[in-house]
Amino acid sequence: MPFQRNMDPRKCPMPSQDPAVRAHNFSEVALGYTYDMAVSEARRCLGCKNKPCVTGCPVQIDIPAFIERVANEDMEGAYQVLHASSALPAVCGRVCPQENQCEGKCVRGIKGESVGIGRLERFVADWHREHSTETPEKPVSNGHKVAVIGAGPSGLTAAGDLARLGYQVTVFEALHLAGGVLVYGIPEFRLPKAIVQQEIDGLKAIGVDIQTNMVIGKVLTVDELMGDFGFEAVYIGTGAGLPRFMGIPGEGLRGVYSANEYLTRVNLMKAYRPGSHTPLLHSRKVAVVGGGNVAMDAARCALRMGAETVYIVYRRGMSELPARAEEVEHAQEEGIVFKTLTNPVEILGDEQGAVRGIRCVEMELGEPDESGRRRPVAKEGSEFDLELDTVIMAIGTSPNPLIRSTTPGLETNRRGCIVTNGEDGLTSRAGVYAGGDAVTGAATVILAMGAGKQAARAIDEYLRNK
Amino acid sequence: MFKIIRKEALNPTVTRMVVQAPLIARKALPGQFVILRAGADSERIPLTIADYDREAGTVTVIFQVVGAGTMELNDLAEGESLHDFVGPLGTPSKLDGLKKVAVVGGGVGCAIAYPVAKQLHAQGTEVHSIVGFRSKDLVILEPEFRAVSDKLILMTDDGSYGEKGVVTAPLEQLIQAGENYDEVIAIGPLPMMKFVSLTTKKYGVKTTVSMNTVMIDGTGMCGGCRLTVGGQIKFACVDGPDFDGHLVDFDEAIKRGGTYRDFEAHAREDYCHLMNKEVE
Repeated sequence: MPFQRNMDPRKCPMPSQDPAVRAHNFSEVALGYTYDMAVSEARRCLGCKNKPCVTGCPVQIDIPAFIERVANEDMEGAYQVLHASSALPAVCGRVCPQENQCEGKCVRGIKGESVGIGRLERFVADWHREHSTETPEKPVSNGHKVAVIGAGPSGLTAAGDLARLGYQVTVFEALHLAGGVLVYGIPEFRLPKAIVQQEIDGLKAIGVDIQTNMVIGKVLTVDELMGDFGFEAVYIGTGAGLPRFMGIPGEGLRGVYSANEYLTRVNLMKAYRPGSHTPLLHSRKVAVVGGGNVAMDAARCALRMGAETVYIVYRRGMSELPARAEEVEHAQEEGIVFKTLTNPVEILGDEQGAVRGIRCVEMELGEPDESGRRRPVAKEGSEFDLELDTVIMAIGTSPNPLIRSTTPGLETNRRGCIVTNGEDGLTSRAGVYAGGDAVTGAATVILAMGAGKQAARAIDEYLRNK
Repeated sequence: MFKIIRKEALNPTVTRMVVQAPLIARKALPGQFVILRAGADSERIPLTIADYDREAGTVTVIFQVVGAGTMELNDLAEGESLHDFVGPLGTPSKLDGLKKVAVVGGGVGCAIAYPVAKQLHAQGTEVHSIVGFRSKDLVILEPEFRAVSDKLILMTDDGSYGEKGVVTAPLEQLIQAGENYDEVIAIGPLPMMKFVSLTTKKYGVKTTVSMNTVMIDGTGMCGGCRLTVGGQIKFACVDGPDFDGHLVDFDEAIKRGGTYRDFEAHAREDYCHLMNKEVE
């Protein structure tokens, strides 16, 4: 169907909850495109032959193909294109850092704003969820058993792909609920849990067995799974591990949280629901240390839990913030105060051992370091104090030791991350594959999903040739 | 779902539950813990494994009813099921090769000290148990301790049973009298473990304590269970729960342990009101 190309240099803005209202609720911030907005935005795509956007996508979605279908108002067709490459499009449309991936390569972005690829992905996935009546068909079993450790984005992606190929897949999850970081970490206002649950139900419908409360490395080892339990291959997608702290005085004070703990209390344990029995301090003045998505999530949760003032304390500048641009914008709109080029040197406590403030130094950017980013250096004599009752450390994680310490012959690197042969995720043990944060250290949902996809393909090949 | 096979009150506030959990029973060792949830919206409660039966496929936990979470747990009856039960978590106690050990238990901590004493006795270690309670009606596991101890000293704060006083007094007497312990294992309230560690430090007797910290996932994700040991941040769930008592920063742990005292008091009140309403 022919259509008039939309040459508006600007991307259709995302309808969102008013910042003053949403700062006090946990409902989703971004409301999603309407049908007309989606069609109109899709018609901005030039349908480039060389598809630069696809090269920016970790799971190589055929982006121009799905957008063309939206432009032609074939929403189910668009969904099928997405689904061929991505197991969780409704999730990725919401949490991918599109500006560094697909949208960062978009030709329309050269002279104006890129096509809103992420927003269109979200629209199509939501449209499918609301309109599709087809029930997924359970594939015919090929009789081969594969174990997946960890029900986060990486494990769920691998499980879905393997199940569709006919494998009998069992996912072992340590927590009482499947979803990994999608349920314990990313808050409801950014990714509604009903959407995650629907994706998980979809996997169960095609035969994936999800066993919660199973800490592999403790209740069963990888060797037992591959021995007595008869799994022919294992995929390790156990995610990021123990939270890092700065090693400054005062990190043991009452009122110092890791972002993982704070977010888990709010999200997984539902502290945000009125009448919840999950303990959480009623914080009034909060500093979140770090500049990534996790830091933004923690800061915005603290605000919604009733804090009056929430700071982001980050040692580099605004343009170096590793968080998605949209999260930073949303946080600023909601009134989060950015203390950039600022580094904590001590957390200050009162006589009862509770946080009363944080001592910081101002930083300036010096020469580039190994990461290519300019290294922040403390300005002499620039110390100042912020008065606070809560500090949330969001400065990354180090890998979880439970699998590494109980799986002989599983090679890990100096940092404790599982070593794989690169592309297909094979570890130093035959039949054992790994991917996601357990391999890369803390990264993104989409990279973890990409690794799950590649490993599923490799596991299939391995088991076929065995 | 994890069925409650047996439930009994050990004293007015302490309950023993035997839970069907065959996979965990297969692997459990003294010093390890489980995390459980009573219902679909309940808190995650970490409890040290008090006993296990590999053949019957059961794991025993003993808990004190202190807050809303443990009240809800205690309201479950024999034959009902726990919503979640996960483990065995943490590093098992290192008991190999010990010849003579003083096991010091305080209050409900005796529930955790008992499996340690039992294991030591089974492997031929000479076990001196010193157990302390506030008063006679709170005493638990006396016959159990007696059965696995070469010497048992029972203390109460008010002298209503056993000897009057705190556990550190007889411990120090025994050390002074020349009992050469390879190790003292102390499990109980933080102040008790602190003072046991201070006592043994004077005599250079190796001391292990079991740190029952605030915890959510119990698998090395949330970091809520961190404590300072020898100046380093450690995580009770994966590095412990057993630590060298001479290196633990107890004062910090005691302050952190009180983080949710106000919250817990409110939650407990709410839960009581809810129950009263149901009764009305």
